[in-house]
Amino acid sequence: MDFVTFFALAIPLVIIAAMVIAHPSPIYSALFLVLTLFLLAVYFLFLDAHLVAALQIIVYAGAIMVLFLFVIMLLNLQSDPQRLHQQGLGRIAIIGGVVLVAELLLLLQRSSSGAADTPLPDKFGTVEALGTQLFTTYLLPFEVTGILLLVAVVGAVVLAKR
Amino acid sequence: MTDFIITLTLTILTIVMVLNLGVMLLWVERKGSAILQDRIGANRAAIFGKLPFNLGIVNTMIADPIKLFTKEDFVPLGADKLLHTLAPVIGLLPLLVTFIVIPFGDILVIGGREIRLQAANLNVGILYVLAMVSLSVYGVVLGGWASNNRWSLLGGIRGAAQMISYEIPLGLSLIGIVLTFGSLDLQEIARAQGQLIGGWIPAWGIFYQPLAFLIFLAAGIAESKRIPFDLPEAESELISGYFTEYSGSKQSMFMLGDFIEAIIVAGLITTLFFGGWQVPFLLRDGFHFPWGGTLALPSLLVTLLQVGSFSIKVIFFCWLQIMIRWTLPRFRYDQLINLGWKILLPLSLFNVMATALVIILFE
Repeated sequence: MDFVTFFALAIPLVIIAAMVIAHPSPIYSALFLVLTLFLLAVYFLFLDAHLVAALQIIVYAGAIMVLFLFVIMLLNLQSDPQRLHQQGLGRIAIIGGVVLVAELLLLLQRSSSGAADTPLPDKFGTVEALGTQLFTTYLLPFEVTGILLLVAVVGAVVLAKR
Repeated sequence: MTDFIITLTLTILTIVMVLNLGVMLLWVERKGSAILQDRIGANRAAIFGKLPFNLGIVNTMIADPIKLFTKEDFVPLGADKLLHTLAPVIGLLPLLVTFIVIPFGDILVIGGREIRLQAANLNVGILYVLAMVSLSVYGVVLGGWASNNRWSLLGGIRGAAQMISYEIPLGLSLIGIVLTFGSLDLQEIARAQGQLIGGWIPAWGIFYQPLAFLIFLAAGIAESKRIPFDLPEAESELISGYFTEYSGSKQSMFMLGDFIEAIIVAGLITTLFFGGWQVPFLLRDGFHFPWGGTLALPSLLVTLLQVGSFSIKVIFFCWLQIMIRWTLPRFRYDQLINLGWKILLPLSLFNVMATALVIILFE
């Protein structure tokens, strides 16, 4: 991805991401989040990660965010900026933000600077390449994630049966 | 540069053909349902007034769209104007670009240049279709919410729940096909169906995955929100559901979106289960019959036959969906959710496991 493409995507992405927390209406916040996730998928496309881009849209933009909207519509949430400050949620958000930035800086420091110049391996980002990686190198994390999701499903069923 | 022009032409051609077929389905829907119910149906606005009968083509394909697009565009008081306008566009746009990954022929040879008859050849073709179809849910949800109307909101919420529920069996039923043909690329899946089972039967997906076909057909009709799955609309309960407050061109965009979804389902059924553009026994150089006879054909004719075969199959499955729509009554809401989660989901999971087991045991 060259310099111009990067910033042509990154600047709108950051502005839209900021709108998620800046907009007073919960519905619009959720919609800006959908747009953010969609633009992230476009990023993945430019980075030759086609499978990740498709999954990003199917799972996040197409399913999870619809359920977010579903809940917002069902509870008919109105904008209420006062409550956030009363419960001290703003302070927790600041702590979370600081931790996130620290993590990002750590990752940035660890990553080798020359990685961008090396050519991509053959079939990079295809279903075959990613699948092979998932079921060989990253088998244990993959299985652990599966168990975690199973626990979540069982928990949801237990709660629903009450 | 030439490649770019060819791709652009193919993309525009695909989208225009899908739109055309969408409007044609409107005619089939209205006149076909009339024949089915022993009525006369659309018979106004005839050009050839002398004919003893009126096919209603002018009525449904020219007069109706003109009427819809010149109607007053009404936005209810207190509605969110921006989202009310955006919702039909958000619902229609992803569906319009879905068909470009579906191959409608093998290759067309013109002047030594081979043109692949598929607008976009993606490595993740099936996932692209699922992604775009899942994005179209926003049109329903936002349309329902932005109308400031209780019926609309209920319709939008029903639509969201229904489409999310049926996306799961829809996606899982395709996994069986992906396992069988070992690819997510729709052109490769279509090519693989050109072989023969035992020298006689064409190796179409339906012969490997009959259960997946039934699940896909049911979930696909549910995705297009048409009877018997039109709970988000449900005229007898919710007036018109999520598009109660819509009129004119915006309402017709919602309607067109449903038809295009039916075309996408028909296109996918054709490509995945019925050989796509394959004609039985037709290879690149002509027919090779299993009883030993051969019939050599020029390359151009073979391509034409393939495109014709694809079109006929797609039109047939569009027609089948419309016949189903006019034959069955509407489900109750609990029946709809039960069918999705308690019947289709376990069946599709069983299908995935059984397919994987058979592939492991016999390969």
